[in-house]
Amino acid sequence: MAADSTTLGDGAVRAAADLVAGLPPTAAVWCTGLRKRYGRHQAVDGVSFQVARGEVLGLLGPNGAGKTTVIKMLLGLVRPDAGEVMLLGRPAGDPRARVRVGYLPELFRYQPWLTATEVLALHVRLAGVRVPAAEQRECLALVGLADHAAGRAADRVGGFSKGMQQRLGLAVALVARPEFVVLDEPTSALDPLGRVDVRDLVLALKARGVAVLLNSHLIGEVERVCDRVVILDRGRVAAAGTLAELLGQREVRLELTAVPPAAQARLAAAGVVDAAGNWVTVALPADDDGTAVPDLVADLVALGVRVHAVEPGRISLEERLLGILRTGAEEHR
Amino acid sequence: MTARVVLAVAGLTLREAARRRVLRALAVLTLALLGLSAWGFSRLTATSDFGTLTSGEARLVASQLLNLVMFGLSLIAALGTAFLAGPTLSGEVESGIALSVLARPVRRSTVLLGKWLGLVAFGAGFVVVSGLSLCLVVQLTVDYWPPQPVGALALLAAQTVVLLTLGLLLSTVISPMASGVIAVGLFGATWIAGVVGGIGEALGNDGVARVGTISRVLLPTDGLWRGAMHAFQDPSVLTQLGPAFDGFPFLSEAPLTPAYLGWAALWVAMVWGLAAVSFVRRDL
Repeated sequence: MAADSTTLGDGAVRAAADLVAGLPPTAAVWCTGLRKRYGRHQAVDGVSFQVARGEVLGLLGPNGAGKTTVIKMLLGLVRPDAGEVMLLGRPAGDPRARVRVGYLPELFRYQPWLTATEVLALHVRLAGVRVPAAEQRECLALVGLADHAAGRAADRVGGFSKGMQQRLGLAVALVARPEFVVLDEPTSALDPLGRVDVRDLVLALKARGVAVLLNSHLIGEVERVCDRVVILDRGRVAAAGTLAELLGQREVRLELTAVPPAAQARLAAAGVVDAAGNWVTVALPADDDGTAVPDLVADLVALGVRVHAVEPGRISLEERLLGILRTGAEEHR
Repeated sequence: MTARVVLAVAGLTLREAARRRVLRALAVLTLALLGLSAWGFSRLTATSDFGTLTSGEARLVASQLLNLVMFGLSLIAALGTAFLAGPTLSGEVESGIALSVLARPVRRSTVLLGKWLGLVAFGAGFVVVSGLSLCLVVQLTVDYWPPQPVGALALLAAQTVVLLTLGLLLSTVISPMASGVIAVGLFGATWIAGVVGGIGEALGNDGVARVGTISRVLLPTDGLWRGAMHAFQDPSVLTQLGPAFDGFPFLSEAPLTPAYLGWAALWVAMVWGLAAVSFVRRDL
């Protein structure tokens, strides 16, 4: 009887394992309805989003939008007033959810009396992951601290510059073989070269299938590396989507002379965004099938306009972000 | 997994304590106390008529002197541990060291336990080593050895543990410096309340005597200190001095009861539990 039930149990477990294996992998992080109030200030107000495995998500927004608070709630550092977080398939309240999570905080410091090597060894130990010393040294080399991998006694972290501390922070975030990395303003203390290093690093993580949540003020940085962007404003998600979705609106810039009134009307119908001197910027319809520009140019030429130049224009993420935030501010008023 | 994290954090806390300036201050103060008591006691035997005292009187004086210098040591230990316990938690939260540590797969209560154990090892180690040195100084200079040195030093260490646990609780809610100051202030207030209570007992005033009893229950540092004093002093002291010395602050009339020791242990457990609850709920 006992043997039967064991067999049955094994079968059921195998069936359950097959079922689970067949499911799509859980998101690196999934959160819904996150709320946090500090005194009278509602810092985060119903934020929901997810980061898929291997995806790089950019978190954008003005100062005080609640980005860092959201990140801290994902990692269990701040208790949400409401809402749920699943981290790598486990509820965020379970510390084991953070075994494969790497985190570079925005404002941080490491034990100043330790060397860089000792800081990494400590974090490997806390993470409970076996990482050979050679791999830890490689990690330091990866962030440009190879000289410090030897761990000379003189190289205490307390003597590091802010930029070196930030590089060490990156190494700490990456050392325990994470599947999900959270970088909160990773380049705030870095010079332009350092920023390029971080960009390459994020792209390398993405290539290895590691999910990244990147909070940065440098919109260009986000635009270059992120698959998707979530824009927070006053504690709410103001916009979210892939870069193509957010930047979907395309433009064309035309240099024109000898524009008769009829041509002016044609341009106005197309949707003039901006006109300065001979240059006219026209927004293209979202459902454009590739005929809008040739049709417009053909019509203008037929109306006697002399067309000197036609340039594709693209709304930058920065312009889009500012647009979203300004609209939000007007609605708020 | 939990044991690994506790040991890692305890080791880190010990290393941190050993590197702090507080440690240097502690070492200087302790050496000053040792040096001054050695010098003072040797002058006492050389110049005064200490040699003309009967052996009983000499033991009495020596035993009182030991209690006096031990009080100095307990004060240094209290200052040191309170100012170590404060920064270790709230200081790390303020500086951002705690962010990267607590984002690891660790429970906050586990980290707190590790910190507490590291501080206990440090505080107890300090009290035992310097207390033993003081006992040796007293023995070499005035030839007095306490009747129960192990119990006395254990009680002194327990007093340090009580105070650092309080410091840890305070540092989960207030700033590092404030928690140190408040812990030391409460330590001093309890000692004074104990002295006041002793005077009340000597005068037969129950109301005043109750001040000491209540303060000893609220914060067991003074009670444990009195137990330690009793273990340091010569058993014949009480009979020799008689009722005229009732309420004298450097004289302990009775050993600690097991019930009081149990209460002190329970007090530490409760305050630690409060610290854990407060730390777990804290937003970083």
